[in-house]
Amino acid sequence: MTDQDTPVQRPLSPHLQVYRLPLLPLMSITHRVTGVGLALGTLVLAWWLAALATGPGAYDLFIRFMNPLGGLALLGWMIAIAYHFCNGIRHLIWDTGHALDLGSAERAGYLVLVGWLVLSAVMVGSALLFWLS
Amino acid sequence: MSESQTAPSLKTARGLGSAKEGTDHWWMQRLSAVAMMLLAPLMIFLVITLIGEPYEAVVAKLSSPLWGGVTLLFVCASFYHAHLGLQVVIEDYIGGHAARLTLIILIRGALIILGLIAVLSVLRLMLT
Repeated sequence: MTDQDTPVQRPLSPHLQVYRLPLLPLMSITHRVTGVGLALGTLVLAWWLAALATGPGAYDLFIRFMNPLGGLALLGWMIAIAYHFCNGIRHLIWDTGHALDLGSAERAGYLVLVGWLVLSAVMVGSALLFWLS
Repeated sequence: MSESQTAPSLKTARGLGSAKEGTDHWWMQRLSAVAMMLLAPLMIFLVITLIGEPYEAVVAKLSSPLWGGVTLLFVCASFYHAHLGLQVVIEDYIGGHAARLTLIILIRGALIILGLIAVLSVLRLMLT
């Protein structure tokens, strides 16, 4: 009874070593990664505020610990928050039931990437300006 | 054996469901996200303008009702949002029930302590 001439069309599982994530899942996991990273940033935020409330000595210790790698971490924080912010808006739109089809989701995805780049450039640029002045 | 005994379905969930929380977790994650659509840009603006400023200037800025208030609200919304988000990530990737529960409790505790430190610090700056 088996028909050898017409092989069954089963879906192929991705070959993990050559599989490249499509845009939407890549953006989805990036949302999570930036979210976890930003959550780690709460440690620094709490330390910064506690040092300010403790006094000049504690604040000086914080600033010395943060220089110069903390500056890079601050820029990374801004880039991560810009992504999580833009993509989060896309998620909130999805949550209202809109733009859920593949085409709309991808178009919105490209909009998010553009917004992310613009916001990151503005933030990092102005941060560097304040740093140098 | 009837179907209802083996396969509970969504339509038989009553009230707030088996977790007794309803959609609270989902809903609060969205509410805190909407709050941060306003608060995050203000907080980033504040941080950028404070880069390289001396201690006294930073304290003076954060002592003001506007910027102290923005910082307070941002800390509350962001730490809460972080807790809800990390919980979902743990629930998705940590399989064992004990490990999952332990991690969620530890992270909740850590974020409550960090949040209290941050809030009390800003209040001290604003009130002294």
